[in-house]
Amino acid sequence: MELRINQKTYQVDADADTPLLWVIRDDLGMTGTKYGCGLAQCGACSVLVDGNVVRSCVTPVAGVVGREVTTIEAIEADEVGKRVVATWVEHQVAQCGYCQSGQVMAATALLKNNPNPNDAQIEAAMVNLCRCGTYNAIQAAVHDLAGQPATKGDA
Amino acid sequence: MNAPIDSAQASLLTDPVNVSRRRFLAGTAVGALVLGFGLPLGSARVQAAATVAGERGTQVPAFLEIRPDNTVRLLCPFMEGGQGTYTAMAQIVGEELDADPATFLVEAAPPGEAYVVMENGMRITGGSMSVRMSYPTMRRLGALARAMMLQAGAEKLGVPVGELTTEPGKVVHAASGRSVAYGELAERAMDLPVPDPASVKLRDPSQFRWIGKPVKRVDAYDKSTGKALYSIDLKVDDMLHAAVQHAPRLGMTIGNLRNEEQVKAMKGVHSVHRLPGAVAVVAERWWHAKRAVEAVQVDWLEPGADSKVRPMPADFSSDDYIKRLAAEKGPARDSENEGDVAGALASAKSKIEATYHNQYLNHGQLEPPSALARYNPDGSLEVWLPNQAPDMFRADIAKRTGLDASRITLHSPLLGGFFGRHFLYDSANPYPQAIELAKAVGRPVKLIWSREEEFVRDALRPVAAVNFRAALDADGLPIAIEAISATEGPTEALAGKQGEKNDPTALEGLAGKSYAIPNKRIAQIYVKGPMMLGYWRSVGNSLNDFFYEAFLDEIADKGGKDPFELRLHLLRDNQRLTTLLNAVGELSGGWKRGPFTAEDGSKRARGVAMASPFGTQTAVIAEVSIENGQVRVHDIWQAIDPGSIVNPAIVEAQVNGAVALGLSQTLVEEAVYIDGKPRARNYDLYPILPPSRMARVHVRIVESGEKMGGIGEPPLPAVAPAVANAVATLTGQRIRSMPLSRYTFT
Repeated sequence: MELRINQKTYQVDADADTPLLWVIRDDLGMTGTKYGCGLAQCGACSVLVDGNVVRSCVTPVAGVVGREVTTIEAIEADEVGKRVVATWVEHQVAQCGYCQSGQVMAATALLKNNPNPNDAQIEAAMVNLCRCGTYNAIQAAVHDLAGQPATKGDA
Repeated sequence: MNAPIDSAQASLLTDPVNVSRRRFLAGTAVGALVLGFGLPLGSARVQAAATVAGERGTQVPAFLEIRPDNTVRLLCPFMEGGQGTYTAMAQIVGEELDADPATFLVEAAPPGEAYVVMENGMRITGGSMSVRMSYPTMRRLGALARAMMLQAGAEKLGVPVGELTTEPGKVVHAASGRSVAYGELAERAMDLPVPDPASVKLRDPSQFRWIGKPVKRVDAYDKSTGKALYSIDLKVDDMLHAAVQHAPRLGMTIGNLRNEEQVKAMKGVHSVHRLPGAVAVVAERWWHAKRAVEAVQVDWLEPGADSKVRPMPADFSSDDYIKRLAAEKGPARDSENEGDVAGALASAKSKIEATYHNQYLNHGQLEPPSALARYNPDGSLEVWLPNQAPDMFRADIAKRTGLDASRITLHSPLLGGFFGRHFLYDSANPYPQAIELAKAVGRPVKLIWSREEEFVRDALRPVAAVNFRAALDADGLPIAIEAISATEGPTEALAGKQGEKNDPTALEGLAGKSYAIPNKRIAQIYVKGPMMLGYWRSVGNSLNDFFYEAFLDEIADKGGKDPFELRLHLLRDNQRLTTLLNAVGELSGGWKRGPFTAEDGSKRARGVAMASPFGTQTAVIAEVSIENGQVRVHDIWQAIDPGSIVNPAIVEAQVNGAVALGLSQTLVEEAVYIDGKPRARNYDLYPILPPSRMARVHVRIVESGEKMGGIGEPPLPAVAPAVANAVATLTGQRIRSMPLSRYTFT
């Protein structure tokens, strides 16, 4: 099947129900998108499909044929994504970093669809798990990007 | 297969990622040839340096490479798993070398004597020890390297070394206005003999440019763009993928595979393998391996009497086991015994007793364990694996394979979280399987444990049940406390037996408290259980400070004392902890216990707790309310005194992270076993703290100047008791176990 990923076209020989995650990682060799749970629980595998965030570990590859997939590898080619990355670095969000590809994708999707999300919209969008506990740094970064004063979380 | 493949991807397919493109530094035109990814772990210079015995941490060329572009490559003795040790080491070495930490490229050093830099003679990444145990040594390393740069500069400029000084990244001759960049001098400098360690002078701390400052992490950009590589991401030429299905209970062995032929015929399957306690499928793609191995129908056999691993009984229930611990009567062995506890209890005006317990926990690090093994044509073995102790892992691999350690190359990629997960736990690491599979198929194999296979083999945080008794005098002040913990510590579990003394990691947090209570006894009833146990962030403190500090609030209530005031009283002769407790009170706007009504109309209360883990002192105040029958933690204020620090921004991040993990175990997390099997094998049934339940975190760093303590673990233990104490104040319901999701609040 033919896939569009990061503005390139790939011919992929995979079963229709193979999760997009494993096509990206093993067939195409792009390892920025992470495997965490395989059950759409943690969000480490988040990618954009037509600009919306999806969890690639439960997304059958056949379902993205004809759609535009964006992975973390191309995030800085997107204007919003580039700002998200810069803000992530500025706020020193990452600890172990394993979940952060997914966090950056989730933030990018949120801000592409809504440049000025409010607290409730941010809370609804930023649901990926982080075992290192970078949640407050993520909150501060997203609030900064959303044009709101950075806060220490929304508790 | 698939097109297009850009050049970067193509190189991934032909070269071992992150490894083989390293160029040898041997020969003459060193600087000019450094085009790849830096110094090879196998280079003659590194190997020579790494095997030379000498004073700890003085083999400069084993640690440092300075490139023509002035970037400094540091081979770090410690593993980076989020705690920021790569950045801290760049700050420490950079400060004395006189090179900006921003110019550092840091990677994990290979195993080897040269990298044993900790003052306790070990090299591990754990116990919050990296910085505090190597600080003077790593500073001296930087100073030695600077001295070598100066010497090389003197030769290059033809002036006496005494006329030279340095500025960041260069040697300067002020008299002539000339300077030479380190990158130009490095080749010459690294061939010089390392000066006498006693000859170098360390920088005056008042002149520090980077130590003590919020220097940016060296890994922030790569970790924000997916460029950081973890074990799970690595790939070598001709590599196959493997997945396993573990026995549902540890110790069971493989009997018949009922559908082996069908599985072998599944798409992409290379081969099916019987391993100790697991069946494995090797395939061209991991997804194929995983699907196939999950389809294998195995007749698992009960463990034999000769089982080499700790067998899990078919009737094991974690809830029943914890009840049994609470009822254990002895014999108990003391860790602390001062005064006359029995006498004080017998004659006390009033007494109080209570039983506490905690829960098993998974590590739950987000990167599932993996290992990549490759036998080279010469019979040597290379293994890439997550680990917190490279020398121990290499020794274990040598033992398992019969290879001499010199024939084993061990690579230590970034850790996608660890929290104690990546120590040497027999049966809980994938590398023995990966090595066996690589040998069997004659090709490199990368084995990934699915989340489900990880949860069933993780080594869990131990459980304990503690029976407390305390005696109060006529003024309501405690005069005696006794804590008897029925438990097995992680070190005892790994040894399979009790040592000559109690396992300190079993009782830390009950033992080692600083309150002036004249009569005290802290004892352990050793109970050998069936669970594989491991170290979990803050180890014994993660449970014991919860028990002790919550029971201390019960004592306060019994004596009619405010818990904050009682702590101040019991610490009246301890200036450091008095200062710390007052600091957290002040940080929270002044101690107020509540209950009170917040601005949003919710009823709230606050709790306080303290802990003394890993050489650091901490004090925490938590503010809680009840929402939909569950506890909501709004704010955590934490004052932390690690003596002195290297990076305040990383300290604050570590406090945030430890608070998150502390809240996770307090509010939602537990590994429950029924019929010898975990109820949860993924995050669906094993919740970890989601963003919606995180608290605001306020940090005050107090640098008392006392001996340097740890940072990664210490901010965790006081979180649970502070929350539990706040909940007790708010609801009147005393909390004596975790997690709070087991309670209902109204």
